[in-house]
Amino acid sequence: MRPAIRFASIGLALAALAYAAAPSATAADAVDPVADAKAFKKYFTDKFPKVKLEDFVNGPYSMDEGLHQQWQEKEQFPPYEFSLELGKEMFSKPFKNGKSYGDCFPNKGIGIRQNYPYFDEKEGKVITLELALNRCREANGEPPFSYVKDEMAALTAYMAFTSRGKPFDIKIPNDPRALAAYENGKEYFYTRRGQLNFSCATCHVQSPGERIRAEVLAPALGILNAMPIYRSEWSGMGTTSRRFTSCNSQIRGVPFSPQDDEYRNVEYYLSFVSNGLPISGPGARP
Amino acid sequence: MNRIRTSLLSLASVLLIAGATSALAASEADYKAALAAAEAANKQAAGVRNQWTTTAATINAAKKAAEAGDFDKAVASANEAEALAKASIFQATSEKKLWKDMEIR
Repeated sequence: MRPAIRFASIGLALAALAYAAAPSATAADAVDPVADAKAFKKYFTDKFPKVKLEDFVNGPYSMDEGLHQQWQEKEQFPPYEFSLELGKEMFSKPFKNGKSYGDCFPNKGIGIRQNYPYFDEKEGKVITLELALNRCREANGEPPFSYVKDEMAALTAYMAFTSRGKPFDIKIPNDPRALAAYENGKEYFYTRRGQLNFSCATCHVQSPGERIRAEVLAPALGILNAMPIYRSEWSGMGTTSRRFTSCNSQIRGVPFSPQDDEYRNVEYYLSFVSNGLPISGPGARP
Repeated sequence: MNRIRTSLLSLASVLLIAGATSALAASEADYKAALAAAEAANKQAAGVRNQWTTTAATINAAKKAAEAGDFDKAVASANEAEALAKASIFQATSEKKLWKDMEIR
């Protein structure tokens, strides 16, 4: 009997200790996006002291001199040019009801890419540029586009182009739901998934600049500033949705539907921590 | 003489084991039970938003083997699929805490 009582007392004492320690653990885990963004930038600038902060938006091309030269040559005749031209044409062409994309966005949709995604306090969710574009279409009686390529890539390419050089300016309003969306996005970014047991961070935080097969991994800092991208591997353009879903498949995880909450939230997180870095999209990648 | 007796005994054991194995050949009912368990585990993985592509592929392999009448193979694949699904659930559950270890602070 005595040992049982002793055992129970030890258990109670441990529980009390854990309870006492709990509030301080919660305080340490408090969500602080500004501190996160600062630490995020410091991690990458410490890891790559020769790379200028604004150059991180060039992904693998910022990681090595030879690749940087290749990129500069590519930019003479960029492979995203056709998509960009298509996007410009589509953007200015009115819908059947006479309205156009410009009517759905602030400043007629020009030079606003750096403000997306944003947190919609009415809806209580993150709104990405791709989602806003399809909602605009549907509100004007047009069918939505596929989120991953073709027309959606063309439209976002044009909108990114009109914002080139403007620093990412993602806001987190004083709303607990916005902070939760940001924190969920962060959790998604660092969570290992798929049979290969990779998180986004495994490649883009732990291993940028290193090769995974023939590819040079891009740093997570500024990774969305160049979206959408023309990828030689895809032989075509791809949106942020395409990047997220194909990353999941590559690690043998079943991807979610584009624009599911997880993807919207991780885009919110990744864009926020790259605040201040210039939009460089549309981009080209190997 | 002893050697011959030992050899005969060994042969008998081998035959017995072989007989026992063929008696344990999987049936369609075994396959159906194994498939149901795999699909239930994969559904649970969907619930924690962490299905693996290999689970679905292995379930499909089980179905193909069953269609071809190879229930041994079908049961083996279904069991493997269940194990994969359970591993994905374990991953999702443990990562609920472990992701923080990776965070840049």
